[in-house]
Amino acid sequence: MIYADVTTDVIDVHEVLARVGSSEDGASILFLGVVRDHAEGRAVSGMRYDAYVEMAGPVLRAIAEEAAERLGTDRVAVVHRVGELDIGEVSVAIAVSSPHRAESFDASRYVIEEIKKRLPVWKKEHYVDGTDDWVKGTTPPGTAARRGVEAGRES
Amino acid sequence: MVSVQALQETQPPARPVTFTVNALFFASYRDLVGTDQLPVEVREGATVADLVEELRNRGAPFNALPAAPAIAVNRTYAFLDEPLASNDEVAFIPPVAGG
Repeated sequence: MIYADVTTDVIDVHEVLARVGSSEDGASILFLGVVRDHAEGRAVSGMRYDAYVEMAGPVLRAIAEEAAERLGTDRVAVVHRVGELDIGEVSVAIAVSSPHRAESFDASRYVIEEIKKRLPVWKKEHYVDGTDDWVKGTTPPGTAARRGVEAGRES
Repeated sequence: MVSVQALQETQPPARPVTFTVNALFFASYRDLVGTDQLPVEVREGATVADLVEELRNRGAPFNALPAAPAIAVNRTYAFLDEPLASNDEVAFIPPVAGG
C-alpha cells in the first residue's frame, strides 16, 4: 500500500520500513535523510523545516505514486518531518520493496530526487555561531515561467 | 438638449470589475514581506503575472519579490500566464529545499 505523510512527529524508521515488503519481494530499501552538523564549511547546530503543509501532503503522495509505477509494486512509504530538528535526527524516511533490487534502488532514488525538486518544504540552518539562514533551494518545474517558455529555460 | 439624468445613464462610472485572491508567503518570502497571508484585489481577467506585478508595484517590501517567482494556485504549481479566479489561494513558493 502506498503511504505518504508530512508530520511534526519524530519519524519511527522501523514503522516506515514495516509498511513495505511482501513474500514476493527479494529487496527492501530504507533511505534516511539526516540532519548533519555542517554545511558549506559552517558548523550547524540544528535545522528548522517549514512546509506548505496543505500542498506538501498531496505532492508527496503524487511522488510516491509515480515511484510505485517505476517500481512495479505498490510498496512505497515516505514520511517527511517538519519543525525543529537536532543534528542526527531523521528528516525524511523512504521505504520501498520489489521482487528484485534494481527497481527498489531506482524508485528510492526517484522519491528523494523528486522531493528535492518539487516538495514545497524549506529549511533554515541554525549555525553554531548563533546565526541562521534559509538553505538555497531549487525552483520546481511547471512554474516560475510562462507556459511554453519553461522548455527554453536554463536549468 | 441632454438631461443630466440621461448623461449619467450613458456614462456609467468606469469602475473596473475586480476580485480578491488570497496570497500566501512562505519561508524566505514570508520573512521578506513580513506576513504569511494577504488578500489582494486584482482586475477581472488577471493572471498570476498580473498579481505579481500588482504586488511589486506597491514598492517595499513587495518589490523585493522576484518578477517570475514559483507560484502554486490552489495547491498546484502554475505558470505565470495562468488566469486567476475569485478566492484563489495563490502561494509564493521560494526555491524548495526538502529532504
